[in-house]
Amino acid sequence: MAWNKLVSQPASKWTDATGPHAEVVLSSRIRLARNVTNLPFPHQMNEAQAEELIRQVETGVREINLVGLSSRVELFKLADTPALDRQVLVEKHLISPQQAQQARGKAVAISEDESISIMVNEEDHLRIQCLAPGLQLKQTWRTASLVDDALEQKLNYAFHAQKGYLTSCPTNVGTGLRASVMIHLPGLVLTQQAGGLFHRLSQLGLVVRGLYGEGTDAAGHIFQISNQTSLGKAEEEIIEHLEAVVLKVVEAEKQARLHLHGEMPLQVEDRLGRAYGILSSARVITSEEAMKLLSDVRLGIEMGLFPRLSHRTLNELMIAMQPAFLQKAEGRELNPLDRDAKRATLIRTRLAS
Amino acid sequence: MQCDNCGQRPAVFHTTTVVNGQKQEAHLCEVCAHEKGQASFTFPNLSIQQLLSSFLGQDPFVVGARTAPQQQAEPTCKNCGTTYSQFADGGRLGCAQCYDHLEMYLNPLIKRIQGTTVHAGKAPKRTGGIVRKKRELASLRQDLQGAIQGENYEEAARLRDQIKQIESQIQAGGDGSGME
Repeated sequence: MAWNKLVSQPASKWTDATGPHAEVVLSSRIRLARNVTNLPFPHQMNEAQAEELIRQVETGVREINLVGLSSRVELFKLADTPALDRQVLVEKHLISPQQAQQARGKAVAISEDESISIMVNEEDHLRIQCLAPGLQLKQTWRTASLVDDALEQKLNYAFHAQKGYLTSCPTNVGTGLRASVMIHLPGLVLTQQAGGLFHRLSQLGLVVRGLYGEGTDAAGHIFQISNQTSLGKAEEEIIEHLEAVVLKVVEAEKQARLHLHGEMPLQVEDRLGRAYGILSSARVITSEEAMKLLSDVRLGIEMGLFPRLSHRTLNELMIAMQPAFLQKAEGRELNPLDRDAKRATLIRTRLAS
Repeated sequence: MQCDNCGQRPAVFHTTTVVNGQKQEAHLCEVCAHEKGQASFTFPNLSIQQLLSSFLGQDPFVVGARTAPQQQAEPTCKNCGTTYSQFADGGRLGCAQCYDHLEMYLNPLIKRIQGTTVHAGKAPKRTGGIVRKKRELASLRQDLQGAIQGENYEEAARLRDQIKQIESQIQAGGDGSGME
């Protein structure tokens, strides 16, 4: 039952858009990489070892459910699930594409509100991820750390006195932490300030990526900003640094939006209005075009152009219009044209309701 | 259009910056844009593995290992058998003990990627107790130095006792690596 809800509902805790600075920051994420002693890292494991770890994590998950989180965590073995369902979880950022493709010996534990997901046997034995709407990295870290402590009661973590938590790739060693925000920066892109800004961020030890992580493009002006290094600083310090910089980016983005609207209100409102026009009338639309136009509509909501629309609706649409999600909703495989048609219908009805 | 900066090459990067409501336009060639950091808007489509390989490419040892593997005994993890050049190719270690068995090769790399080799964050509650104690010890020893230099001998004596106490706790508890 829980699984069906997971792969059929676009809404989750982060899509609420309730957090601080939700007008610019879509979500905050904390990821902790953890491994256990006495088992090789996942890419070297045989099936029995992978199963053994899943059993250990199952007992750890019971501990998590005792610490009083608001939402229950449940473990799913991915090999038992249909490929399309796994693809839906990728689109919801709950598992990685690698886990979806090679499901044998892999598992994921997910909380009911989807704010916690623990990937088992990904690049590391465990990838604990916590997600929250808006900019709330500190609170999200506290949740992740709590989950980490609960799991540690049942798992013997590979921890080195000098190097900290040991990970399969040395880029994650130490804290195993990647803190990141998903951020919407149309103002900075349209005023052509984004390039310079991203360069400055890299000098500050931060990395900017596209929406779906490493090597992806910035669909719909949505970027991911995260810490680059994981060793040598305490988690709180890494997180505070990221949060302080992100606050500055939020400020710059708001300035850019005000400037755009102030300088050329007619052109801006025309562009955003046209985006809404296309989305509410199109009969066939690719996800790339839809992402671009939804970005404009998102900006329009901020500028007060579309009072009947909410960020929440757009966040849910962004998930529901993805290829696997559309096919899951339809209950069958769809060719690209059919998908684009279904997507257009979905967007039209949601914008009208 | 020529580049604003060098005036020689054609401008290919056009940027508009708004400072205090003043619009400033810049037109730069590829070379000058890179120097000024404006060209970074194009996404570096590098995966972690590629990034790592590029780091490793600078490592004279790896180059040696790749071109003439038979001339050198390959550094290998005694626990899982992962060799350093396997790690260099795939970007992944085989097990937690690789960090010990390949330490002298990994340390320079970790230093290059992370800027340091010393963890300063969280330690596991159950198995990381000794690590926590060792950190406490290091900070007490620093305090002790300060107390001695400041000729504050009463404080120094108190710190010395505290250090002894923690040292004996650590000795009773094992080597503290957290790795059985």
